[in-house]
Amino acid sequence: MKIKVKVNGYHKTFDVNPDEYLLDTLRANEYLSVKKGCDNSSCGVCTVLFDGKPVPSCSLLSMKADGHEITTVEGIQKDAERLSEYFGEEGADQCGYCNPSMALTVFALKKEIKDPTDEQIKDYLVGNLCRCTGYQSQHIAIKKYLGDDQL
Amino acid sequence: MKIDHFYKASSIEDAYEVLTKNSKNAIIAGGAWMRLSSKEIDTAIDLSELGMDKVVVEDDFIIIGAMTTLHSVESNQDILQLGNGILSQAIHKIMGITIRNLATIGGSVIGKYGFSDILTPLLVLDTTLEFYRKGKISLEEFLDSKDKEPDILINILLKKQNTKGYFYKMKKNSLDFAVVNVAVSNTNGDYKIAVGARPSITHLAKEAMHFMNQQKVISDVVILEAVEIAMNEYKFGSNSRASEEYRKQIAAVYVQRGLNEVTR
Ligand SMILES: Cc1cc2nc3c(=O)[nH]c(=O)nc-3n(C[C@H](O)[C@H](O)[C@H](O)COP(=O)(O)OP(=O)(O)OC[C@H]3O[C@@H](n4cnc5c(N)ncnc54)[C@H](O)[C@@H]3O)c2cc1C
Repeated sequence: MKIKVKVNGYHKTFDVNPDEYLLDTLRANEYLSVKKGCDNSSCGVCTVLFDGKPVPSCSLLSMKADGHEITTVEGIQKDAERLSEYFGEEGADQCGYCNPSMALTVFALKKEIKDPTDEQIKDYLVGNLCRCTGYQSQHIAIKKYLGDDQL
Repeated sequence: MKIDHFYKASSIEDAYEVLTKNSKNAIIAGGAWMRLSSKEIDTAIDLSELGMDKVVVEDDFIIIGAMTTLHSVESNQDILQLGNGILSQAIHKIMGITIRNLATIGGSVIGKYGFSDILTPLLVLDTTLEFYRKGKISLEEFLDSKDKEPDILINILLKKQNTKGYFYKMKKNSLDFAVVNVAVSNTNGDYKIAVGARPSITHLAKEAMHFMNQQKVISDVVILEAVEIAMNEYKFGSNSRASEEYRKQIAAVYVQRGLNEVTR
């Protein structure tokens, strides 16, 4: 079955099975920044923006994406680069597997909550697991990014 | 989960017709829970295009479309005001933002999940469900019913009233199911108590509620007695999260706190 979606601003048509998930469709079409993790909405690494909202692409049927807009980390390049500079400064990077999903969720947080508190930042990111850093350095980097008025 | 065909319904009538054609056809909402099942579905019926993802506020009711995502429900200003925002609080404690942007309130009610953090606060608010075939029934009646006839949940109606509410989810980490969850409400002297994830499905502590509703003055002693009655009417169980005894002790503490809070 064919679906028409807009990925990072570009119109695309994908051929999908009725029980195929968006994560697998995107990866099969070379959007490899979208990572495969738990496949049950628990780890967050497959996060994409669906009409601007962060969702687990591993649990969103590709058929349900028909007619909608998808954003991967490449679609928020400027913000992702700035966030990754802050991550670098704070030593908040190790393997990098969770970085694209983290960047997308932080980007959505910035759009949804103005001047979030520490608690709101932690709450918003609770579903984005990172096995390397212990979160504290990421938290500091994210606060710097959110306070960056150049963006 | 295996799906042979995907069908975008053009109306509720259309969805119901396809649903009742084959016992292997199923409604798909957010699909997050179905993702975990090993079911084989002939036709997955998608309701996404029927405009059922809105919250409408009327004079007496807040009407939540069954396809409204959990995050939209949680952030709705009128729902935040109702019963001290216990439904929003309960939803906020479910997993992370991403799944709450996908999972729907309808899928959460229909499944009658034992672990549900949503059914417990809904039970102590005045909640009515509107189905395509069954029409309107109370949430309590739905939870008690053994009716297995296929149907489509259209709306969840919350009565707008001056309710004091309390909710607590005891869990071991941010992403886990509840060890136990507790909701208590007081609407002009009418008390409601519900305990869920025991680990079986939530229900009201009717005897304890009756006892509370008969009291002229609510003292600490009255509350302690109500807690004891409630704990005797609930059955608790053990699983990998907690033992029966632990659940019972935790539930007692939070029912007591809840009653104190909604009485103040
Ligand atoms: C990893 C994970 C962790 C979770 N943790 C929690 C938790 O801690 N607490 C909690 O309360 N919940 C939890 N949930 C459940 C979640 O909150 C939702 O309740 C669940 O995902 C169902 O919503 P859905 O939209 O995904 O439904 P779906 O998966 O699409 O559907 C679920 C069922 O409902 C039926 N259905 C859906 N909508 C309708 C309708 N309108 N009419 C008739 N039938 C319908 C479907 O046919 C299906 O049988 C968790 C879910 C997941 C995947």
